[in-house]
Amino acid sequence: MASAAAPASSEEAVKAAKVLMVGAGGIGCELLKTLALSGFSDIHVIDLDTIEVSNLNRQFLFRKSHVGQSKAHVARDAILKFRPNINIESHHANVKDAQFNVDFFKQFNVVLNGLDNLDARRHVNRLCLAAEVPLVESGTTGFLGQVTVHVKGKTECYECQPKPIPKSYPVCTITSTPSKFVHCIVWAKELLFAKLFGDKNQDNDLNVHSKDGSSSKLDVFERDVDEDLDQYAQRIYDHVFGYNIEVALENEETWKNRRRPNPVYIRDTLPEAVKQNGSSWDCSNDHEEPSAMASLGLTNPQEIWTLAENSRVLLEAFKLFFEKREKEIGNLVFDKDDQLAVEFVTAAANIRAHSFGIPLHSLFEAKGVAGNIVHAVATTNAIIAGLIVIEAIKVLQDDYKNYRMTYCLEHPTKKLLLMPVEPFEPNPSCYVCSETPLLLDVNTKVTKLKEVIDKIIKSKLGMNLPLVMIGSTLVFEDGDGLEEDEAANYALNLEKVLAELPAPVINGTKLTVEDFQQELSCSINIKHREEFDEEKEPDGMVLSGWSAPVEKQINSNGENKSAASSSSARATDDTVEDPSKPGMKRKLDELLETKENCDASSSAQVVEDDDDCTMLDGNPALIKKKRLQ
Amino acid sequence: MGGDRGTEEELTAQETALYDRQIRVWGVDAQKRLSKAHVLVCGVNGTTIEFCKNIVLAGVGSLSLMDDHIVTEDDLSANFLIPHDVCMHGVSSRAEACCESLKDFNPMVRVAVAIGDPSLIDEGFVDRFDIIVVSCASLKTKLFINDNCRKRSKHIAFYSVECKDSCGEIFVDLQNHSYLQKKPGGEPEQQELTYASLQVWKFDLIFL
Repeated sequence: MASAAAPASSEEAVKAAKVLMVGAGGIGCELLKTLALSGFSDIHVIDLDTIEVSNLNRQFLFRKSHVGQSKAHVARDAILKFRPNINIESHHANVKDAQFNVDFFKQFNVVLNGLDNLDARRHVNRLCLAAEVPLVESGTTGFLGQVTVHVKGKTECYECQPKPIPKSYPVCTITSTPSKFVHCIVWAKELLFAKLFGDKNQDNDLNVHSKDGSSSKLDVFERDVDEDLDQYAQRIYDHVFGYNIEVALENEETWKNRRRPNPVYIRDTLPEAVKQNGSSWDCSNDHEEPSAMASLGLTNPQEIWTLAENSRVLLEAFKLFFEKREKEIGNLVFDKDDQLAVEFVTAAANIRAHSFGIPLHSLFEAKGVAGNIVHAVATTNAIIAGLIVIEAIKVLQDDYKNYRMTYCLEHPTKKLLLMPVEPFEPNPSCYVCSETPLLLDVNTKVTKLKEVIDKIIKSKLGMNLPLVMIGSTLVFEDGDGLEEDEAANYALNLEKVLAELPAPVINGTKLTVEDFQQELSCSINIKHREEFDEEKEPDGMVLSGWSAPVEKQINSNGENKSAASSSSARATDDTVEDPSKPGMKRKLDELLETKENCDASSSAQVVEDDDDCTMLDGNPALIKKKRLQ
Repeated sequence: MGGDRGTEEELTAQETALYDRQIRVWGVDAQKRLSKAHVLVCGVNGTTIEFCKNIVLAGVGSLSLMDDHIVTEDDLSANFLIPHDVCMHGVSSRAEACCESLKDFNPMVRVAVAIGDPSLIDEGFVDRFDIIVVSCASLKTKLFINDNCRKRSKHIAFYSVECKDSCGEIFVDLQNHSYLQKKPGGEPEQQELTYASLQVWKFDLIFL
């Protein structure tokens, strides 16, 4: 906790400060460097990640020789090389672990976030509120970035403004009516790849029935005994790109107002492959990672392949999995750093895209979509790190009038690349930092407790280890230290529909939901409803009462661990607004609007001088929320 | 521009892997051009080493550092490139001290010490570079270097930077600079910018 008397100077404040840095990646490396150079001497760092090659273009504390090692530990060692006398404690751990409880957070004067996912950010926000420690948040994507300050009671908490949630697509769009490349990627990744190489026990929406019921198999994706690999590959190709499309075309209704897809068969795209049998053209040696591109002599990941090339890549990748990585089949999960998987998904997505008249993409682009890759450069991180330290120093001096939320833009607006804005007061209807009951529309006769916990409590409300009570009855608890019979009881409750729980949940019932670690408690009032729109309300339940999140197409890093439906996806799109910039568009519009209006107003304090940094406080009448006093 | 790769040559697999995230920001063409560029930094201080770090990480063709001041205690306080070895202090030049660390950031970039005095570098010398960054130098030296940059037929970009406390200044002279402007939903448009020389900027322009 901060010392009782406010420090005299920024130098003293910095010297005395104990700081927690969460994340030692892009922002973290720059931040740790800046903290060290600025005189901070007592720093804790938490990061669960290990170093990868693609980090090295900006996470400059790391070297190629460090690949695979802990970011937190290596960052610490690198800083000590030029500042041997400061104290840095590094934790190679998940900030959501139980060890980082409220008491842990209480020891710090300020917490600095350099995270890359919404989930962890929300968790840290709650702990900072519970521990009453100020939080300086930040995020970057390419040339964009921002730094925000959150002090309990004085400013909005991180969750006062709703954050865009990861985009998910309706199942039918993925399985039947794709219109964008991302839909094809999701299909290739979560349906085809998962079906062929992933866990066989997982539900999958791919049509498994064969053409004429001629085979005795239930599942056409299963390889026949002694079936030749080439033949197997071609059979699958024809099934998913040919037969399944023909089946879809039979439903006239679907295509009334839509472009009809073209079935694609191997005999048309690669006539020579049909005649060929036996071994593949593979000439890569066993030491190298198997790659269809390498086998086929395709060297440029930026190139957009033809339909024929995509088909060759697909068949080759398919065969390489079976020939070289057989042991992994049945356990594979798509990984953007798995070259063969990326090749497979790119090719499959492209062939499907071709069928549906959607433009094809290069492996490079497809990988970005499939892997939710965030584009990044060193310079933005360096700028943001500098701003974080500036705000941190203000926080340490309790200089609340000067706290600023700073947005780093790609192109100057009103001649500013850095746009500082005063923080808003806390949102009185924020369920995290203010006491506000929520409302859940749900069919209590049909929906299981498990679904509410996964889709609402863990996912939307971001609770980690929730506890659910109805009146005084505890119906669910998560965490270690549960008695066997308790755990069994909760397991039973999970499978029950709400209306049939030991304390029945019906219209008007109030649920109390808590997470002890986050010290967060909230009430959810239940409203029973039977009809839900499949497209607009795919979850079959709707949470409101809190400013509902706006679903936008985003480039997301949200690690949503709840059991995703096979159609859920987080993917890049051409118009990107990233989650690291919560409500950014709206706020900026507001700001620009007020600036415009202020120029005309007599109470404006605008200095039209290029040399000065123009910072507007805005006409209070025009701003909806109260600024910090 | 000097350079080792032909315009048609693709990035190596190593480059593609390392630069993946930034290629997604500025594209392959920009990355290729970057890898052919040669940069000179005159004056090693807190500001210019930030620039050095960023440009080396980005994969520039080469970086040359010119600063023969001997490393002092003061330098260590603002410079994260100089390790805390006693042998550096009082012996190495600032350029030498930073060189090794910078090479470490990206083995694909040629980082070297340039011996010389910024106030004396001639036209022939500047011609080796595509970008020159000057700091902690007198106005006279900056004018001299900028002037030499402008004398060459190839466009040598000139930057001068200074920082003090919480104030900073950057001067940019790209001479006649043409570039392509992306238009939303349309063809990129050719744009032209004309920059004033340092001489003109400091002495000839009149502010209202």
